[in-house]
Amino acid sequence: MEDKSKLPLKPFHTRGGVKAPHRKHTAECESVIMPPPNEVIICMSQHIGAPCKPVVKAGDVVKVGQLIGDSDAFVSVPMHSSVSGKVKKIETVTMPNGTKVQAVRIESDGLMTPFEGIAPPNINSREDFIRAVRDSGVVGLGGAGFPVHVKLSVEKDKVDTLIINAAECEPYITADNREALENSWGVISGIKSVMELMEIDTAIIAIESNKPKAIKVLQEVCTAANRDMKGEVCVLPLKARYPQGAEKVIIKACTNRVVPEGKLPADVGCVVMNIGSVAFIASYLKTGMPLITKRITVDGQAVNRPQNVIVPIGTKIKDIIEFCGGYKEQPEKLIFGGPMMGLALPDDEMPLLKQNNAVLAFSKKEAAKLEPSDCIRCGRCASACPMGLVPPRISGFIKQKDIPSMLESGLMVCMECGCCSFVCPANRPIVQNMRLGKSIVRNSKKN
Amino acid sequence: MENMLTVSSSPHLSSGATTRKIMLDVIISLVPASIAATVFFGWKSLMLIAVCVISCVVMEYICRRVMKRKNTIGDLSAVVTGLLLALNLPSGINPLIAVFGCAVAIIAVKQMFGGIGNNFVNPAITARIVLLVSFPVHMTTWEKPFEWLNTADSVTGATPLAMMAQGEKTSYFDLLIGNTGGCLGETCVIALVLGGIYLVARRVISPVIPLCFIGTVFVLSFVLGQDPVFHILSGGVMLGAIFMATDYTTSPMNTWGKVIFGIGCGIITVLIRLYANLPEGVSFSIILMNILVPHIENLTKPRPFGKEKKNEKA
Repeated sequence: MEDKSKLPLKPFHTRGGVKAPHRKHTAECESVIMPPPNEVIICMSQHIGAPCKPVVKAGDVVKVGQLIGDSDAFVSVPMHSSVSGKVKKIETVTMPNGTKVQAVRIESDGLMTPFEGIAPPNINSREDFIRAVRDSGVVGLGGAGFPVHVKLSVEKDKVDTLIINAAECEPYITADNREALENSWGVISGIKSVMELMEIDTAIIAIESNKPKAIKVLQEVCTAANRDMKGEVCVLPLKARYPQGAEKVIIKACTNRVVPEGKLPADVGCVVMNIGSVAFIASYLKTGMPLITKRITVDGQAVNRPQNVIVPIGTKIKDIIEFCGGYKEQPEKLIFGGPMMGLALPDDEMPLLKQNNAVLAFSKKEAAKLEPSDCIRCGRCASACPMGLVPPRISGFIKQKDIPSMLESGLMVCMECGCCSFVCPANRPIVQNMRLGKSIVRNSKKN
Repeated sequence: MENMLTVSSSPHLSSGATTRKIMLDVIISLVPASIAATVFFGWKSLMLIAVCVISCVVMEYICRRVMKRKNTIGDLSAVVTGLLLALNLPSGINPLIAVFGCAVAIIAVKQMFGGIGNNFVNPAITARIVLLVSFPVHMTTWEKPFEWLNTADSVTGATPLAMMAQGEKTSYFDLLIGNTGGCLGETCVIALVLGGIYLVARRVISPVIPLCFIGTVFVLSFVLGQDPVFHILSGGVMLGAIFMATDYTTSPMNTWGKVIFGIGCGIITVLIRLYANLPEGVSFSIILMNILVPHIENLTKPRPFGKEKKNEKA
């Protein structure tokens, strides 16, 4: 590479982390497109920020890609119908985290008639682009669900590096890997669009080294892209160590910059986007079809046919599992997302959300949980913490509800990656306790 | 389907490490030293180990029962305590004294403070110190190695450190293989180092404390005009540095804390050896540093990622 290049050749040092088992069973499974289910439930909150208000009512006829929910708030994204059919009712559903939100239940007519208003967006400026990104309904598809247009709404020249997060450090999940393999040109064209429209010169595709095929494919398209582009894009293989894909960790690994507590990636000149998000932006710019499907990994010992599936958003888990050959045995646990940070579901009636990247059905054996015992102060949690926290110390403060000490010891820096609980030989609910402490702090601010 | 799923907060995976597995590794790492003890001091070493292990486990069981707490003998930590205590006793000691030591370790030091993870000093070391002060003659009557093969009354000898105080030197070779007088487990350096390598390889302990401890003893005794090799090979330095000072509960968690802890142990050991009336100072150095652990950890706590350097106000 040229000497002027600002691109890193190898990742910078990152702290802690754990060697989680990879279990990427579905890495070689080409994604299958799932036919529209009989019914979808589109939740009005599939992102971080204000929930949407439904703009349709029971009995309305909707088509694929039609707007069905929107909000005036800035930190929010619109919702679109993922099937064509009739709105059955507007109802309230309980999300896996316990909050209740409105949802639109649509009965599919099976025809998938596209909405007439679908047309590629007209983009002449940076503002047009950011508006188009909002209209597309895209959120951070890596799992957090932060609206992408909010990430992009930063002052000009503030950001110099675009980081494409393809780390996929969670065990089991291979959806991003498949995105890279099956849609590498989409990925690179999305990166190019973002770089050109946002005037960013450098892009780094960060990917864990346990995906050699995807790395090779991405390197090829990057080399091709670098020939006719102002900026520069490269692939940076990261060590395969959970949680390399966490935003602050990936920024440190790619640029050696440390995001200060309470600050955003943009404050250190970075925008981090999931590989699926950029690929989707490319397709939206071309077709104008908003985000209505999602590539997810279906895995776990309780599923008959683990595979990658492209699923209409709002499809019930039950229907997805049905499409994957049904349950092999009674599942012990159903998880939205990966096993390290995913949410366990109370039943399989829950609809798929935009930011979900996996549905795991764990057998009794996989979900086995050991009884917690006393802390032996082995310090494994502290050495595993990517944020340099000392959990036993903080646990003491949480027990005493000593809020100033909790803040001072860095509790709010905790990103709940779960490394501490994963390594604990006493099986203590360490990260769970950190969550408790964080909510104590948040509640104290409210009062 | 309904109401049959487990709902818990993430993570939904665990590394599979358990307290029991860690303790089992420690036990395995002490096997070479136990074998060496049996070779040098005879079958009664094995008897003594058995007495200590069994009484520790039984006492732990009774304690937990009386205190109406969950039974914890399954985590094997009582076995480790018993084994370590046995290895810290002279071979010829009256088993009843050993049982008293177990009571000190398990009841007074460990369970009274809440059991595993809550004691602030190392149970085995504390028990050894209590016995040393209460039974000074029994605790310093050392049998010569291989005396058990003679049918006649056993002959007692001195430890290399005591011999050195009288100007007698022990060869490095004898120190390495353990052909000297001393506690059951402290004499054979090779067996102890083997165990230490096993623990480091299995990632049960970090090598920081042993290296700092032994390194400090080496450097400081050299600076003070002593034979540094003799000092690290003799007495309880190896046993203490590898197995006792690395006890999770009573040593700092972070690396810099471990460095300070190890160096502190080394300094106190050498000072006691050279300037106090006792020939050996490993036990006292470890217990003194144990007490300092909370302060060491406070001093060396890592700075959280992205946290601004604190501006000290008020």
